[in-house]
Amino acid sequence: MTPTFHIKSLLACSLLGLVACSDQESDFGRPLEQRSHPVELVLLEDGRPDPSVLAPDQVVRRGNGEEPETLDPHHALGVPASHILRDLFEGLTAESPDGEVVPGAALRWNISRDARTYTFYLRRDMTWSNGDPLNAEDFVYSLQRALDPATASSAARILLPIQNAREVLAGELPVEELGFSLLDEFTMQITLTGPTPYFLGLLASPVAYPVNRKNVEEFGDQFSKAGKLVSNGAYVLKDWKPRVSIELEKNPNYREAGQVLMEQVFYIPSEDSSTEVKQFRSGELDWTYEVPNNQFKWLQRHYPEELVTSPWMGSYFLGFNLTQEPFIDNPSLRMALILAIDRQIITEKVTQFGEKPSYALVPPGIDGYVPFSPEYADWTQEERDHEARKLYEQAGYSEENPLRIEIRFNTSDNNKKIALAIASMWKQTLGVAVTLVNEEFRVFLQNREQKVITQVFRAGWISDYNDPYSFLELFRTGHGRNDYGYSNPSFDALLDEVGTERVRARRERLMFEAERVLMSDHVIVPVFTYVTKRLVNPRLKGWQNNVMDHHPSRFMFMLKSRDPDVQGEQQ
Amino acid sequence: MRQEGVLRHATTRLLGLVPTLLILITIAFFLIRMAPGGPFDGEKVLPPEIRANLDANYHLDEPLLQQYFRYLGQIITGDFGPSFQYKDWTVNELIAQGFPVSATIGGLAMLVAFVLGTLIGTLAALRQNSAVDYSVMGVAMLGISIPNFVVAPLLILVVAVYAGWLPAGGWDWSWQRMVLPVITLALPVIAYIARLTRGSMIEVLHSNYIRTARAKGLPEFLVIRRHALKPAILPVISYMGPATAALITGSVVIERIYSIPGLGSYFVQGALNRDYTLVMGVVVFYGVVIVVLNFIVDLLYAWLNPRIRYDTT
Repeated sequence: MTPTFHIKSLLACSLLGLVACSDQESDFGRPLEQRSHPVELVLLEDGRPDPSVLAPDQVVRRGNGEEPETLDPHHALGVPASHILRDLFEGLTAESPDGEVVPGAALRWNISRDARTYTFYLRRDMTWSNGDPLNAEDFVYSLQRALDPATASSAARILLPIQNAREVLAGELPVEELGFSLLDEFTMQITLTGPTPYFLGLLASPVAYPVNRKNVEEFGDQFSKAGKLVSNGAYVLKDWKPRVSIELEKNPNYREAGQVLMEQVFYIPSEDSSTEVKQFRSGELDWTYEVPNNQFKWLQRHYPEELVTSPWMGSYFLGFNLTQEPFIDNPSLRMALILAIDRQIITEKVTQFGEKPSYALVPPGIDGYVPFSPEYADWTQEERDHEARKLYEQAGYSEENPLRIEIRFNTSDNNKKIALAIASMWKQTLGVAVTLVNEEFRVFLQNREQKVITQVFRAGWISDYNDPYSFLELFRTGHGRNDYGYSNPSFDALLDEVGTERVRARRERLMFEAERVLMSDHVIVPVFTYVTKRLVNPRLKGWQNNVMDHHPSRFMFMLKSRDPDVQGEQQ
Repeated sequence: MRQEGVLRHATTRLLGLVPTLLILITIAFFLIRMAPGGPFDGEKVLPPEIRANLDANYHLDEPLLQQYFRYLGQIITGDFGPSFQYKDWTVNELIAQGFPVSATIGGLAMLVAFVLGTLIGTLAALRQNSAVDYSVMGVAMLGISIPNFVVAPLLILVVAVYAGWLPAGGWDWSWQRMVLPVITLALPVIAYIARLTRGSMIEVLHSNYIRTARAKGLPEFLVIRRHALKPAILPVISYMGPATAALITGSVVIERIYSIPGLGSYFVQGALNRDYTLVMGVVVFYGVVIVVLNFIVDLLYAWLNPRIRYDTT
């Protein structure tokens, strides 16, 4: 019963994945029905595309949002930095193009019966980009560095499931007391505080990447600069001009360098998504970080082949402040407000990017979890409005005595549009008088946290890891982001059980039950679940949509022409 | 006598820089600390243990006054400290990388604006109330009124996306990437300088010594060049001090729209992210640039206008 990974089948999946997946829905990132002619690439037996269809220069220019805050993997939290670091480094585990966890530096692993101890067997032939050998000792050193209070890393919170991590971060125990043990040069064990089914996924995130000890000790804070950084991933850092570009070059010492087709990767930061779109249109980018919300219709008409949208593991919702009037002890009023929103209109007319209307907390597609769906999800909007009006009156409000509330959000066009739509729906259906209040981000966060002047506020969550627990734990009594003032002992008890349950199916049932309890307490107004949206050069292949929105460049390749059919390769 | 006066004036002004900057630093330091939230606040809350380590690492756990004096001691040595947001860089490095970019674009824009602005302004003044005057000044008015966040995307769309002559954005020190931002920055300044020049040129042209010069039979070109131009651009010069300071320290709008790695964004991003050290570094740097430029303007003034003397006798 021990879930040992069989490397053969995994390798087959990651290498032949290109063939196997070429007729699946997610091939090349675009659903089939959106493609005029299904394009199928002919791949050779080893899973690589025929060299004759490849562009002579394998270079990709990826728009990458804001300037990354750091390239020290142990400090990186932001999405832009993580994209780059996934190319530069490789953890014990890695991700396939579709976001599945696959062996990285570890060839295979065993998980103990109590699901708390992981034994990793590392590959024996690995080296750093400077040629130094890479072994389990490097990983122990690096994980210790990430959790060392002297490193002062905010990303270290991702590693909290590791035994004694909290005590070490608090300075109560030395780093040697962390749950790591070195069995031999290529075998190491990691012990956790409790079962953590998403732990293998966490090991693929930057904070768990290895750094080269000599490199760090030689250059200190400066080690992550171009010309100094030693890495173990498919690429090395060639040049870093802040806010201009970050250039990566294929790492010949990478364990699978022979499989990597993309020779050169440019990450181009951009602070303005409309500029990014213009750069894409004038051919300066092959891949945008995002596209502006208000350009969907236009892009869909003019760039149907390039525009790619796909579900993302995030939810957009509003929160109620349960500690203040009018929402304290008033579930029927909260339910009335939840019901009186036409989510179809919000996603189709306001946000417009194929977001999915949402009736619960956890977005669909997260690690196989099927989110809770409340009864009203199957009603028509008229039925919901009818019920909403009934509840609204029950709560003691009427036309003469309307509810007056504020919706508070951090300043952004999108938040404003959504708040405006919701306000007018509440007004129309129930007669609620809504005031919109927008605040600068950190002011907004502080007000949320203090729970004094907030009533209804913009909330939402984009998960760090592929597990519903990331969403549910926000509502635990005393959680730092529980700005709702929600506290339900039976919900907390369920989460405690989730934390110790090692049988996957049972754990999923517990999480489902917790989500049901939460939704029946009417703490949030679900609105929609997020999608990722970007423009991609149709010649760029090898990547796939996934709910994490992780797209390592090492799987990508650039075709010679837009349509491989032209090559006469096939149909 | 005059030399000495200028020198003394220069020393006084430069010494005046110290208290000015000290006041600036003090106000800026406490203002940014008063803003709600801190550099490590985000939607994702940090566990208290990690928060404590970060605060200790950046000395944020010390009393505010102690932090203030620590900061003063630090910047006396010219060290602005590490950036909170861009963890791999010090504020000094960021300014050293951003300022040359902003200064190049801003300086070029100022040069273009000065040459074109005075030219257009003089032309309009010579043909006062003619069709040339009205059309030139009308265009200038438009230049002032249309904000650069409208001009910039339009220019990109037409020149970069449709025509494909120039890149849409980004930076690599090539002239192709400078053209559009320089034009965008220069447009309102050209218009403003043209209006200033026109106004004062008309005034100068009506003065007695110009009448004398013309009566002597000097050709009109020489009258303008030798006698009218210098006094007429005095108001332009005094406008140029602060205007140049504003241009060369970077415009956040231009930088965002053209993806230029200048100084302007650091100021705004630094404030929004509560990147205390970065905001302070940029503020102090701005302060120095503005004081120095105003000082240069003063010197230019003395050279251009014989009526101004810095000796006190």
